[in-house]
Amino acid sequence: MNGFDEVALLLLIVVPLFGAVAMMFMPGDESEQTWYFAIFIAAISLALSLVIFVNYDYNLGGFQLSNTYEWLPGPLDINLSLGIDGISAPMVLLNGIVLLGGVLVSQTVKYRTREFFVLLFALSAGVYGVFVARDLFFLFFFYELAVLPMYLLIGVWGSSTDFGTFLRTKEYGAMKLLIYLVAGSILVWIGILALYVAASDQGFATFSLDGLAQLARDGEFDSNFQTWVFPLFMVGFGVLAGLWPFHTWSPDGHVAAPTAVSMLHAGVLMKLGAYGIIRVGMFLLPEGADNWMPVLITLGTVNVLYGAISAMSQNDLKYIIGYSSVSHMGYVLMGIATLDNVGVAGAVLQMFSHGIMTALMFLLVGAIYERTHTRDINVLNGLASRMPANTFFFAIAGLASLGLPGLSGFIAEFLVFTGAFRTYLPLAILAVIGAALTAIYILRLLARTFMGEADERWADLPDASPVEMSVGGAFVGILIFVGVWPDPLLRVINVGVSTIPGV
Amino acid sequence: MNGLSDNIELLTPEFALAGLAFLVFTVDLFLPEGRKGILAWLSIAGLIGLIVLSLVMLWDEQESLYDGLLAVDDFALFFKVFFLGMGVFIILSSMDFVEHRLKHQGEFYGLLLFSILGMNIMAQSRELLTAYIALELLSFSLYVLAAYAKDSAKSNESALKYIIVGAVSSAILLYGVSMVYSTLGVTKFEDIAIGLASASEVAPALWVGVGLILVGLMFKVSAVPFHMWAPDVYEGAPYPVTAYLAIGSKAAAFALILRLVMEGFVPAAERWEQWQLVFAVLAAVTMLVGNLVALAQKNLKRLLAYSSIGHAGFILAGITALSTNSDLASNGVMFYLVGYSITNMVVFAALISFFNMTGKEMIADLGGLANSQPFLAACLGMGLFSLAGLPIFAGFTMKFYLFTAVASEGFLWLAGLAIFSSLIGLYYYLQVLRQVYIEPTPAGDDGGDLLTEHPALTRRPSLSLITVLGTGAAAMIWLGVYPRPLIEAIEAASRALVG
Repeated sequence: MNGFDEVALLLLIVVPLFGAVAMMFMPGDESEQTWYFAIFIAAISLALSLVIFVNYDYNLGGFQLSNTYEWLPGPLDINLSLGIDGISAPMVLLNGIVLLGGVLVSQTVKYRTREFFVLLFALSAGVYGVFVARDLFFLFFFYELAVLPMYLLIGVWGSSTDFGTFLRTKEYGAMKLLIYLVAGSILVWIGILALYVAASDQGFATFSLDGLAQLARDGEFDSNFQTWVFPLFMVGFGVLAGLWPFHTWSPDGHVAAPTAVSMLHAGVLMKLGAYGIIRVGMFLLPEGADNWMPVLITLGTVNVLYGAISAMSQNDLKYIIGYSSVSHMGYVLMGIATLDNVGVAGAVLQMFSHGIMTALMFLLVGAIYERTHTRDINVLNGLASRMPANTFFFAIAGLASLGLPGLSGFIAEFLVFTGAFRTYLPLAILAVIGAALTAIYILRLLARTFMGEADERWADLPDASPVEMSVGGAFVGILIFVGVWPDPLLRVINVGVSTIPGV
Repeated sequence: MNGLSDNIELLTPEFALAGLAFLVFTVDLFLPEGRKGILAWLSIAGLIGLIVLSLVMLWDEQESLYDGLLAVDDFALFFKVFFLGMGVFIILSSMDFVEHRLKHQGEFYGLLLFSILGMNIMAQSRELLTAYIALELLSFSLYVLAAYAKDSAKSNESALKYIIVGAVSSAILLYGVSMVYSTLGVTKFEDIAIGLASASEVAPALWVGVGLILVGLMFKVSAVPFHMWAPDVYEGAPYPVTAYLAIGSKAAAFALILRLVMEGFVPAAERWEQWQLVFAVLAAVTMLVGNLVALAQKNLKRLLAYSSIGHAGFILAGITALSTNSDLASNGVMFYLVGYSITNMVVFAALISFFNMTGKEMIADLGGLANSQPFLAACLGMGLFSLAGLPIFAGFTMKFYLFTAVASEGFLWLAGLAIFSSLIGLYYYLQVLRQVYIEPTPAGDDGGDLLTEHPALTRRPSLSLITVLGTGAAAMIWLGVYPRPLIEAIEAASRALVG
C-alpha cells in the first residue's frame, strides 16, 4: 500500500469539502473565476474517482483502499471507516462524472454563484461519503449531508413554473422534496438505532458495517427482528430512490431545480437510496430482505409502469424526464429485489447507466429552456434544424433510455429482465411492457420537440455551446462505450454483487 | 466530618465571582454615563480569568464540602467552565443592545454575574436546600433582567408573569422538599436514594414530595404541561435576556436535574424504573407539543421559545435513559446541553444583530437578509440547520449521541418519537431559512429611514457580535465534525456522577 492508497478515499471526501470551504473565501462578485475554481475542484474529484475505479482490483474483490480513522471510541465506538467494493466503485466514478458535468454547465449561474457551488460541493462530498463509508454513523452522516443542501439549491436557484391551471413554485418543490427525504431518513435513523441496540444486546455495541455484517452472518439477528427492521430501510432509503408511492417529490423537485442540481439529483442522489438498500438492508438483514423482496419487486414493477404511464401524459420536458427517472429507478429496485446475481448486477449497472443518461437529458432540457424559455412539448417543435448537436445528444440519451441495443441502457435492462425472468416471471413480463411504454413517451418527446417544421420563433436559436458540446459528447461517449463494451464495469460490479449475502 | 472552614479554598471561584459582581456594581458608581461599556469588558475579563482559575485550581479535584452539601468534582467543574464561558458570550452579544436600549448598564452585568454564580452552585449542590437557594439566586437575577427594559410594557408584563410563575414553582418545589424531609428526614441526594431504596413500601407523602420537586423543576426547564410561561416571557424580555433564558437557565436546571436524578433516584433502581416512565411520558409530550406549536409561530422569539421547549423534551428523554450501568445517557445529556447552547447562541446572536439593525423581531421581517447581510444570514442558516439536527453541525452529532443513548436503554420508541419530532422541527426552521435566503426583502423596507427615525439602531453587526457568531459557528462545526475532545471531558464529568 503506498501513501496515496491510504488516503485516496479520504481525499475523495475532503477535496469537495475543501472546495466548499475555499469557495466561501472567494470574492463574491466574480462569478467567472468562481466557476473556474469549481471546475478545478470537480476535475480533481473526477480524476480521483477515475484513479480509484481503475485501481480497484476485481481479481482480489472485497473492500479495498480500506482505512479506519478513530473518531469516537468508548461506548459508542464510532470510527470513520472507509472502503470501496465492486458496488460502490462504479458509483464513485458516476458521481465524479456527473459532478464535473454539472459544474461545467453551471456557467449560467450568475446569481450568488459562490454559495451555489459551496452547496453543490457539500452535496457531492456527502454523496462520495455515503459510497465509501463503512460505518453506519458516517453513512447516515453523509446521507443527510447529501440531502440537506437540496432545499437551498432548489429554493434559491430553482425556477417556478406556471402551468396555466396550476402553479408549481420552487419553494413548493424544495420543501416537498426535503420533507419526503427527511421523512425517509427518519425511518433509516430508527432502523440504525434498532440495529445498534440489537447488536449491543449481543454484547457488540457497534456501528461498524463490517461488525454488524459479521453478526448477521453469525445469525445473531433473529428473523423477527430482521422482518420488522428491513422495511424501515427499504422504505426509508426507497423514498430517495423514488420508490412508488413515495416518489411524488421527485418530478416536482426536478422541475423546480436548476440544471446542475437536477443532473446531480437524478443522476447520483437517487442512486444513494438504492445503494442504501443494498449496503445496509441486504448486507445486514439478509433474512429480512428475503421476506420483503416480493413486496419490493412488486412496488418496483409499479414504479416502472406508473412512471412510464405518467411520463406519457406529461407535456413538460422536465416532468417527462422526472417521471422517466421514476420509471427507470423501478428497474433498479426490481433488479435488487430479484436477489439474483444477474439481476442485482443489472440493477447496479442500471444505476450507473441511468445516472449518465438522465444527467444528459436534464442538461439538454436546461439548454433548450435557456434558449426558448419553455419546456412545453406542444409549443416546441422542429428544434432539430436549429440545434442538431443537442438533438443528436438527446436522441442518443433517449434511445439509451428505451433500451436500444448498443447503448448502456440495453445491457442494464437486459440483465435486470434476465434476473426477473428467473425469479418473478409475471412481473418481468409487465416490466418488459414498461420498456415498450418507454419507447412511446421517448419517441413522442423526440418527435414533438425536435422533428417537424421549426417555428418562426426558434429561427435564431444557437446550437450547443462549447461546454454543452463537450459535456454532451462525453456523456454520449460513455453511453455508447458501456453499451458496446460493458465488461470494465460489469466485472467490477459482479465482484461486488457476489459478496451480498443471499444473492 | 468536615468543619465549616475545611477546604473552603476550593470555593475560591465562587467567592471571586461574587466579588466580581460587587466590583462591577461599585465601579459603575464612579463611571460617567457614556463610558459604562468598560463594565462589560471588566466582566468579560473577570469571567475569563475565572475560567482559567477554575481549570487550574479544580482540575481533577474530587471533594465534598460542608459534610456533603456541595461537591467540587469534575461534573461541577465542567458546568462551571461551561456557564462562565457562556456568560462571556452572552455579555459579548448584549453589549450593543444594553448600551443603546437599556438604562443602568452596571446592574445588568452585575446581575448577570450573580445569576452565573447561582448556576455554578446549582451544578455543585448535592442537597435539596442548597440547590433551592442556588436556584433562587439564579431566578431572582433573571426576574430583574427580564424586566430590564423598564419603559417597555411587554418587558414588564413578561417579568411579572415570570415572577409569579417562578414563585409558584419555587413554592411547589419547596413544599416537595419539606415533604421529602418529613418522611425521610434527609435532604441530601445520596440519602434520598438510600431512603427510597430501603423502604419496602414508599410512603405516599414521599411520592408526593418527590413528585412536587419534579414539578417545580419541570417549571424551570419549561417542560409540558408546565411550559405556558415560556413563550410570553421570551417574547417580552429584552433580546439578550431571552437568549440567556433559553441557554443559561435551562442548562443550569438540567445540570441540577442530572445530579439529583443520578445521585438521588438512579441508585434506587426499583423506584427509578417506575419514575422512568413518568419522565418518558413528560419527554414525549414536551417534544411533541413544543415542536407542533412552534409551527404556528410568527414571532421569532416565540418560535425559539417553543423550539427550546421541544429541545427540553429531547433532553428529558436523555434524563429518562439515565442508569447506573452506563454513562451513555448522562454523556448524551451534557453533550446535548453544550451543543444546543452553542447553537442557540449563534442563532440568538444573529437575531440580536438583526434586531439592533432593524428593531424587528418577526419571521417575515427577515426577508432578503441573505442579500443585505450575507455573513449574518450564513450564521443564522447554519444555526438553524444545527437546531434541526443536520450535519455537519453540532445538532447532528448531539442528537445522534443522545438518541442512541435513549434507544440503548430500552426506549427505542421514545428515540423514534424524538427523531420524528425533529422532522417537525426541521419544517419550521426551514420556514425561517426560507425568509432569509429565498424571499425578497419586504417591500418598502430599505433600512435607511429607520436609522434616522430610531437613533438606537446600528448599521451593521458590531464587532463583538461578529466575534460571537464566528466563534460560535466554528464551535458548532467542530462539534459536528470532531466532538471527541469535548466528549472526553464529558466522560470525565460523568464519572464524577456515576462513580
